[in-house]
Amino acid sequence: MTALSTETTQASRTAAIPFILKKAFLSACVALVLFSLMIGIRTEAGPDGQLTWWTRLGDLASIVGLVFGGSIVVELLRQWIGPTGAEKLVPAPVQRSLSLAGRFLGPALLVFTLLVPVIFYNQRYILDLAILVLTYVMLGWGLNVVVGLAGLLDLGYVAFYAVGAYSYALLATNFGWSFWVCLPLAGMLAAIWGAMLGFPVLRLRGDYLAIVTLAFGEIIRLVILNWQDLTGGPNGVSGIPRPSFFGIPLDNSDDGLAAKLGIEYSPTHRIVFLFYLILALALLTNWVTIRLRRLPIGRAWEALREDEVACRALGINTTTTKLTAFATGAMFGGFAGAFFATRQGFISPESFTFQESALVLAIVVLGGMGSQLGVALAALTMIGGFELFRGLETYRMLVFGMAMVLIMIWRPRGIIGHRAPTVYLTKAQAISSDLVKEGHG
Amino acid sequence: MDYFAQQLINGLVLGSIYGLIAIGYTMVYGIVGMINFAHGDIFMIGGFIALISFLLLVSLGLTAIPLILLLVLLVAMAVTALYGWTVERIAYRPLRHSFRLAPMLSAIGMSFVLTNYSQVAQGARVKPVPPIITGGYTLHEGAEGFAVRLSNMQIMVVSVTIVLLAMFTWLVSRTRLGRDMRACEQDQTMAALLGVDVDRTISMTFVIGAALASVAGMMYLLYYGQVDFFMGFVAGIKAFTAAVLGGIGSLPGAVLGGLAIGLIETFWSAYFSVEYKDVAAFSILIIVLIFMPTGLLGRPEVEKV
Amino acid sequence: MSGEPILSVDRLTMRFGGIIAVQDLSFAAERKKITALIGPNGAGKTTVFNCITGFYKPTGGAIRLNHDDGRQSALERLNDFRIAKQAKVARTFQNIRLFPGMTALENLMVAQHNTLMRASGFTFLGLIGVPTYRDAEKRAIALASDWLKRINLLDRADDAAGNLAYGDQRRLEIARAMCTEPALLCLDEPAAGLNARESAALSELLQSIRGELGTSILLIEHDMSVVMEISDHIVVMDHGVKIAQGTPREVRDDPKVIAAYLGTDEEEAAAVMEGGS
Ligand SMILES: Nc1ncnc2c1ncn2[C@@H]1O[C@H](COP(=O)(O)OP(=O)(O)OP(=O)(O)O)[C@@H](O)[C@H]1O
Ligand SMILES: [Mg+2]
Repeated sequence: MTALSTETTQASRTAAIPFILKKAFLSACVALVLFSLMIGIRTEAGPDGQLTWWTRLGDLASIVGLVFGGSIVVELLRQWIGPTGAEKLVPAPVQRSLSLAGRFLGPALLVFTLLVPVIFYNQRYILDLAILVLTYVMLGWGLNVVVGLAGLLDLGYVAFYAVGAYSYALLATNFGWSFWVCLPLAGMLAAIWGAMLGFPVLRLRGDYLAIVTLAFGEIIRLVILNWQDLTGGPNGVSGIPRPSFFGIPLDNSDDGLAAKLGIEYSPTHRIVFLFYLILALALLTNWVTIRLRRLPIGRAWEALREDEVACRALGINTTTTKLTAFATGAMFGGFAGAFFATRQGFISPESFTFQESALVLAIVVLGGMGSQLGVALAALTMIGGFELFRGLETYRMLVFGMAMVLIMIWRPRGIIGHRAPTVYLTKAQAISSDLVKEGHG
Repeated sequence: MDYFAQQLINGLVLGSIYGLIAIGYTMVYGIVGMINFAHGDIFMIGGFIALISFLLLVSLGLTAIPLILLLVLLVAMAVTALYGWTVERIAYRPLRHSFRLAPMLSAIGMSFVLTNYSQVAQGARVKPVPPIITGGYTLHEGAEGFAVRLSNMQIMVVSVTIVLLAMFTWLVSRTRLGRDMRACEQDQTMAALLGVDVDRTISMTFVIGAALASVAGMMYLLYYGQVDFFMGFVAGIKAFTAAVLGGIGSLPGAVLGGLAIGLIETFWSAYFSVEYKDVAAFSILIIVLIFMPTGLLGRPEVEKV
Repeated sequence: MSGEPILSVDRLTMRFGGIIAVQDLSFAAERKKITALIGPNGAGKTTVFNCITGFYKPTGGAIRLNHDDGRQSALERLNDFRIAKQAKVARTFQNIRLFPGMTALENLMVAQHNTLMRASGFTFLGLIGVPTYRDAEKRAIALASDWLKRINLLDRADDAAGNLAYGDQRRLEIARAMCTEPALLCLDEPAAGLNARESAALSELLQSIRGELGTSILLIEHDMSVVMEISDHIVVMDHGVKIAQGTPREVRDDPKVIAAYLGTDEEEAAAVMEGGS
């Protein structure tokens, strides 16, 4: 029996080799056609505006060879893993223990995060990176309200980030208002914009909603870019005040925090302060979201994602429910934007492109829509991974794009594919993502 | 009045290019129900392929411009179509029955890949070409020295668009492939049961959409005299806007939407401000969708409960 | 006041382009009674429901809901969610529409959205955790548990609704509708896909809803054993028009119904109608 089965697999293996070679050959042919013009020939505008070109046959040959080899490897891997492919890469028991670990992972991660400034006090680079990651964690959690909970696809989330950033920047530079006054204002303004966007798009579903939110994001960016008198246009706003420790500046002056505490001033103080500031903001987002989920509004969001028609049959005003989702998500985006402005000290429209929206959306989807921990992990992997390629500036987006495609193929439902119930009688059981709907909006 | 007529011509030409791209969006949406975010970049790749093959043919010593253009058109369509096919194969087919957001993100990722691939492969600088088709007609000599002109280039863009549209309409309404496409649009499972090769049909949809986008890319190259790696993004969004405006899934709608966007953009630039032309196009999209949630020619979607 | 029917439909017409799905339909549903709407496939029954519950705007006609306190709601003028919220009409769907990724309990909590929303001070008070909201939530959970017990699903309270068996989902959907504390409950084919035992349990449940809670029920059903057993009044539709109405006995004996209900094959029709007795 065993002998027989090994024999057949042996047979199918050997029979597969010509097949694999044929497939690899075909892939290489396709690659040759695809790349012969784009890579085999390089064009460039000469100094006098004349277009010149030269060949790069070596590059072409190596990339076609790479496709040939890669195709063989992929095919072998596929046969080895089996037809179900990637799903098997993470076997069920591992997944189960992962979800068990998930219960401790969250608190552990939080404790570690709290200690980051202590552990890496002298490593400015890591602190900066950590602040960046936390900013995206916060953005991810904010967008999660809209996409993950309410199931409304928002491709223009960066608009609210921009509204928050510019609100703070303009209020602070023009009127000299402090960060702590501007922060709630930035959130409120963003929320108002969120509701304003929400209003016209309420009747739209699915991809119509997607394109309108995308258009909205672009409109905001273009207005910022072109309304030079107010926003400085492409030059942006500079000289944005740094945040103070509740009124006490974090600088080297006599009223600075360092002087008041009687310790030696170091620029790291400000970084550490910023770190805890964004951590607090992110945790606030998380706390509010978790609470909202257990309130009727949060349940209505999730119900909306599951079945809008049923919601209406139960007397839920889907219009206001959607609006509140948009406004809540936008508000968190606005907070994050204000933080971004104060951290950078300088903002310009370049920071608020569609790529940014796509990145945040990718974080939410990769995280497993609706899962707070998943979103945090996804932000860490995405931004961290992105950082690894900092040296290869031009290849960075290329790799990022490929990663997005591969991740979606590997785990279309994200890292954490469970939904935790918001209320229970006897025992909270995780709900498999196969049952959870993704919304139509 | 002359100024108006001139802008009308310009708008229609621009609209034709958008329309050609929009068809790809609409077809793919009709069959697989996803926004092919990478389609704008396919258009950009089409522009590059046209540029490079043009350079090659010229350096091979060809001088007859019509012959060169025809060859460039064929090469661009063929190679770009293969790009469309590959993108579907790699990024969308594995996610065909997955949940809705996965293919969309995969498409966004693919769009990043293509943009940056061409940046890496061809550099970030704008690639200019000298005007290839020159000359034209003066339609009307205005009093203040303003003349309404119709260039040969413009005639070519519009006529190529019309010819391709006619061919394409024939393809969809008269051929077996077109029938299969419409069957898949209605119900893929049923189509498969009735012997339609769904995978092949979907592939062909991407191939045709990419071929049309490459034509748009070539027209863009000739008309504006330049290509760059980032042009796919804005053109793609606008063409998608056009498809939605016309009613996504509807072919005449795509062309109509393309023309509408082209006209809006041109007239806005001409009479108000160039800076806000895209804002105008997007705002009109939002306004139209508020009042006609399924676009100009889209069938109203009745929610069956 | 109590003499008035809870729902009166007057010359209701619904057109879809060229199709006339419902034409000049008039009928009334009595208070605290079960009124059945029957008819062959495509007769327009679901369309009537969709008009009553506001999912379709009727082309013509009036739909009045008479509340206990004498108020009257013109349903054809209200939005779908207002009909459920203000006019207190709840419904189920022919194709079950639960929230499959939420637990059974959560489904019933969502149904109490409006009550809980008010108790949570439109989220703001709930966010800071005021005790009045916590009490309201406890009451909501109690009501939900009560319904879960009635439909025999208490032990499945924390399971995803999408994981429940088909018959359980049907009952859960009814419980969810009941958690909105409706004056009129509209059920679209609640017995579809149920086996005989489940059908019997369903009949019992509906009778208890009418008897103990005094909720009026409007019922679409193809299963004649259920219809004949529990209905107080039956309205028969065919091709969008009313062809007969009366008590189960009257309808069963009406030759027009027998002829129209199952085409021309009277013998077969009679057999099906007999099945109910
Ligand atoms: N949204 C709609 N658009 C177009 N036609 C519709 C729509 N809804 C219903 N119809 C048509 O109205 C007619 C009545 O349909 P309806 O669903 O009300 O029948 P029914 O009595 O509920 O049938 P069944 O017993 O099969 O559920 C059918 O011909 C149907 O095609
Ligand atoms: Mg029905």
